Amino acid sequence: MSEIEEPGGPRREIEEPGGPRRVIGTPPSAPPAVDVRKKPAEPPVPTDPTDTAHASRAEKLVAALFILAFVAGCGFIAAYVGLEVGSPSIPAGANAVDAVFRSNLALGLSLSVVLLSLGLGSMIWVRHLTPNIEIEEERHDLRSTQAERAAFQQEFAEGAAISQVTKRPLVRRTMLLATAPLALAPLVLLRDLGPLPGTSLRHTVWRKGLRAVTLGGLRPLMPADFDTPGTMITVIPEGYQDDDDALAKAGVILIKFGPGQLHVPTNYDGGTLVSTMNWTLEGSIVAYSKICTHVGCPVALYEQTTHHILCPCHQSTFDAANGANVIFGPAARALPQLPLMVDSSGYIAAASDFTQPVGPSFWERG
Amino acid sequence: MSEDAVKIPAAVSGVGGWLDDRFHGARGVRVLMRKVFPDHWSFMLGEIALWSFVILLLTGTYLALFFVPSSAPVVYHGSYAKLDGITMSQAYQSTLNISFDVRGGLLIRQIHHWAADLFMVAIMAHMLRVFFTGAYRKPREVNWLIGIVLFTLGMLEGLFGYSLPDDQLSGAGLRITEGVLQGIPIVGTYAAFFLFGGPFPGNSIIPRMYILHVFLIPGVILALITAHLFFMFHQKHTQMPALGNTEKNVVGQPFWPYFLLKGQAWFFFIFGALAVLSTFAQINPIWLYGPYTPLAISSASQPDFYMGILEGSLRMMPAWEINFLGHTLSLSVLIPALLPLAIIFTGAALWPFFEQWATGDRAPHNINDRPRNAPVRTGTGVAAICFYGILWAEGANDVLANALQIPLYTVTWISRVAIFVVPIGAFYVTRRICIGLQRKDSELLTHGVEIGIIRQLPTGEFIEEARPLTDEERAVVDAKEVPAALPAPGQPDENGVPSPDSRGVMGWARAVANRAFTETVAVGDGHGNGYGHGNGHGQANGHGVEEGEHAAVGSGSASGSGDAGEDSGSGAGSGQEH
Repeated sequence: MSEIEEPGGPRREIEEPGGPRRVIGTPPSAPPAVDVRKKPAEPPVPTDPTDTAHASRAEKLVAALFILAFVAGCGFIAAYVGLEVGSPSIPAGANAVDAVFRSNLALGLSLSVVLLSLGLGSMIWVRHLTPNIEIEEERHDLRSTQAERAAFQQEFAEGAAISQVTKRPLVRRTMLLATAPLALAPLVLLRDLGPLPGTSLRHTVWRKGLRAVTLGGLRPLMPADFDTPGTMITVIPEGYQDDDDALAKAGVILIKFGPGQLHVPTNYDGGTLVSTMNWTLEGSIVAYSKICTHVGCPVALYEQTTHHILCPCHQSTFDAANGANVIFGPAARALPQLPLMVDSSGYIAAASDFTQPVGPSFWERG
Repeated sequence: MSEDAVKIPAAVSGVGGWLDDRFHGARGVRVLMRKVFPDHWSFMLGEIALWSFVILLLTGTYLALFFVPSSAPVVYHGSYAKLDGITMSQAYQSTLNISFDVRGGLLIRQIHHWAADLFMVAIMAHMLRVFFTGAYRKPREVNWLIGIVLFTLGMLEGLFGYSLPDDQLSGAGLRITEGVLQGIPIVGTYAAFFLFGGPFPGNSIIPRMYILHVFLIPGVILALITAHLFFMFHQKHTQMPALGNTEKNVVGQPFWPYFLLKGQAWFFFIFGALAVLSTFAQINPIWLYGPYTPLAISSASQPDFYMGILEGSLRMMPAWEINFLGHTLSLSVLIPALLPLAIIFTGAALWPFFEQWATGDRAPHNINDRPRNAPVRTGTGVAAICFYGILWAEGANDVLANALQIPLYTVTWISRVAIFVVPIGAFYVTRRICIGLQRKDSELLTHGVEIGIIRQLPTGEFIEEARPLTDEERAVVDAKEVPAALPAPGQPDENGVPSPDSRGVMGWARAVANRAFTETVAVGDGHGNGYGHGNGHGQANGHGVEEGEHAAVGSGSASGSGDAGEDSGSGAGSGQEH
């Protein structure tokens, strides 16, 4: 081994090619680094790969991959410049979506080639152009020595004594007292994040005489417009089509039953279960809340033959012919029923608000 | 100077000298350059998460240049003709613009989304690797806990991220989030109103999620990743059992130049893989979902995969609700929203300390366990995977029912039963498999490796020929460490009094756990002690396994001696000489 003195730096050992051990930059005081894979009988690990022809091939391959990455990188820029997207740049009549997908393909493909070539080149470089050398590092106990711990304890105790924190409990306790409101302040500041719920979860915008209009066309409905048994339609309160906060609670499904299909429905009015046949229209059109009583998804799927309403989120299933009682799934309560009437012009309207909170359960619901 | 030492260019050494004059960097950076990185494929899993996070920061910053975090309604007249004239939020409009009017915007958006999924996959895979190899053991418990926090933060960050575009699918996810919040006892209604700034959906949630998604949560994640890496650096890596690897050393390739090149290659591969996915595998095509309206929903709505466990547990839960004294306790929301993740995360967080308590093992561990050598741990891990996996699969019960053509409710009922039965079964099966693999190891150590030759001795006896394990093989196979058995509950110790730890219910529980943890297959190897760990590297020569001895052991009473456990060594010790 030869040792050299580097200006301004620690001494380094550099391995002779024929030496018994491979050492990288270890100071003499530290334990020597050893290639542990190497058996004593084996020849020392060469600094360069032994197979020069192999290394030469690898070098060419790495360079080729890097050149490919360069070319693909230029291609990425060219694709950005050449393939325009967006309404002002795309000629009228051309499909904007196709342009985006074309651009995405060109940009993505060139970027992929850049990145994968760089990755592959780097991998071949480290695996085939560098000798496979392992070194060993010594682990030291993470636990400090007894002497260090004792010194720490002593200095800590001294500092505590100097600070008087143990000797003057009045100062210590008043300081803790002083910080308590400060620690609460950030929580207090969050109060104005929103209004208090109050009773708002108990009400919707439905009221007596408010017409139901279709969700799609905002068209009011007469009972005669809705006379095919087995159909379901989503309606909203008239005039609230742009009020998402209102719609999130007030969405309603109307279901038309054939003669005799609708069993006597029930619904909670306040705390009592009441028969609600008079909440329907002609005993055949019934309105239920569209907001699932589980976690509030809109119930959407209606099976005509079984009269089952299914929530697509978590598959709570309600029996529309029997007061929308829960048949399956995690919802614990029937869909609330909306009392219906026909207004003076003959359109379907609400006879009142819902008589119980719609949507998911909440602590104050009771 | 050796001829292949590189002469450092004057410019580089000049800058280095300038810096060193000011920061005393030569010493510290040299330590960094010589930092040893042990080599094992599974050590790259955490790195995938790291690089994914870097890519998320890069792509996320780019997206933030164009995204408008606002619920303000606008009428769309952009490039995507199918939504022309539709009223939507600015958030949704700007996401459409990123996709259709910004060159490369769709690509970057899809890379961002794929990277988020890869981030979570990698965290899970990394966490499983750490668990199954026992790499969380002392002194690395804190890093394990940081990892669990990173996992939860990643879920939250992902939820807020995919909810930002305000499309129909993510809006449904937010609606569910709000419904779940409302289900929390006492404070739930208030929490929902404060988060959403009033009733759902309101106009506050998107800007609020935005600042949490782009600043607060990533900031905390970045800080925790920094701490995670710093602790790993400071405590040094674990390593797999291998010849030359001891508790007192760490063997591998140095940072400079090996890990630098490998890390560079791995970063480019991961980024490249994400680019390929984003080019060819469309993710989250929000233009197909349309803007969010509270009364629309599509069937087969699934969240991103890492939220699937919550979706599945909500779907699995039966309708339980308690009404009392004017209050409602919505168990059908509360239990699925809290219990499964509480079991997994709390269980994972407590596990290292539970294991220490059960085994009494307070020693630091730097050599990883092979999963088979810790049957209780491995069984528990597989049970946890099954628990998670069933909940996750139930999150797609509608898709499964459709694909397998079985009724939807049947899928849910199967999952309701499986969630209890399968993890318990998986625990016992896995533990048995581990014990079986240990038995195989014992066989290898006592008998050697069968080489496929059966010889008939002149006496007429048949013996199998076997070769002894090589040193490399033996170092791996013989790496088992079994914790010492604790005294039975209530047994007096050397002072004649039962230890306080062994008394009462806790003492009994600890004894039961200890018995499970110490179950092992003893190696029936008469000369096993010579090969223990701790004697470091370089002992390649100098152990005397003679061919004949192995053959004799193999033919004799040693086979199967591992079963009994207590008679460790006796079988092989009596190995007959022929």
